[in-house]
Amino acid sequence: MSQSGSSLDERLASKKRIAIVPALNEGETIGRVIREIREVDPGFQIVVVDDGSDDGTGEVAQAAGARVLRLPFNLGIGGAVQTGYRYALANGFDIAVQIDADGQHDPSQLPLILEPLVAGEADIVIGSRYAGVGTYRARGLRRVGQHIFAAIVSMVVRQSLSDTSSSFRALNRRSLSLFATDYPHGFLETVEATVLAGKYRLRMREVPVTMRAREQGRTSLTVPLSLFYSAKVLLAVFVSLFRRPAVRLEEES
Amino acid sequence: MIPFRVAVVASIAAIVFLVVIFELIRSRRLQERYALLWLITGGVILILSVWRDALRLVAEQIGIAYPPSALFVVGFLFILVVLLHYSTVISELSERNVRLAQDIALIEERLRMYESRSEGEHAARA
Repeated sequence: MSQSGSSLDERLASKKRIAIVPALNEGETIGRVIREIREVDPGFQIVVVDDGSDDGTGEVAQAAGARVLRLPFNLGIGGAVQTGYRYALANGFDIAVQIDADGQHDPSQLPLILEPLVAGEADIVIGSRYAGVGTYRARGLRRVGQHIFAAIVSMVVRQSLSDTSSSFRALNRRSLSLFATDYPHGFLETVEATVLAGKYRLRMREVPVTMRAREQGRTSLTVPLSLFYSAKVLLAVFVSLFRRPAVRLEEES
Repeated sequence: MIPFRVAVVASIAAIVFLVVIFELIRSRRLQERYALLWLITGGVILILSVWRDALRLVAEQIGIAYPPSALFVVGFLFILVVLLHYSTVISELSERNVRLAQDIALIEERLRMYESRSEGEHAARA
């Protein structure tokens, strides 16, 4: 798999790495997610972005040993995640992974999304639920929407992508410098973010992962809201076709 | 030609409108940069109400049979422009709002780190 023959751990050791966990009222699961990340790789600096929780998520995360970035009010997932990216860029991290606080993403699969990044084969690695392994299938409207988005995004970025709503991702410094400066707000932000990355010709790679069922068993989006955000994302993707890249990306060392 | 009574009422309304805007600026409840569009709106309506020939010409050019309707059209267009302008202002404000909220979160975390570090130093000295 690797060119040098050394193990992933050895090649990771020289990289400053951070795990960004955006959280909104995830006090029940956040502690376990933090412990699991640390078990997989104690070298990760874990940063929880508390997006205005009122259930003590921040305190739980801090007690579990994570750094906590407390937003003064709810920004929505896009604005919250970007806070983590800005922290990562400002503090000189080489590699950032994004992991959901609800336990959906399995930290033991971190090596899967880190491997292509460390090998220098990609700037962004996305863990995809639909690229092979696993049995996860969304149902109904959600599934239709995900298929449509995947088709549109694949066309726009001229690369076949199967899961544009996955937020289980790994970024190198180059893509980090883009997302810290320019990142879509609101929900379904991963769709826009993928198009944005394509615009800047960042090398993207999907790797198959399995995801666990959402532990608290609820999606935060109602049907009217998801229709609104779908329309918003479609507009954003369309307009972005007519926009020129404005952010200067950092070069990989 | 626009009926005289309509012209008088429209003129008075426009003048009252302009006075209200002026008062809002004077008492610093409205910034000049946002007042400008409103002042132009009121000014144009006032001019077209007083100068009835101009309104008739405008109405004829667009093909409106009843000149006072042209007053509505002009007013409506200006209000559209003002609202659109507000949408751009709101977009910019919400963008900055997000930025500031993120800055607060980042700075607050640094502050907490410094505080816990200096507490540790105090404890070590004591």
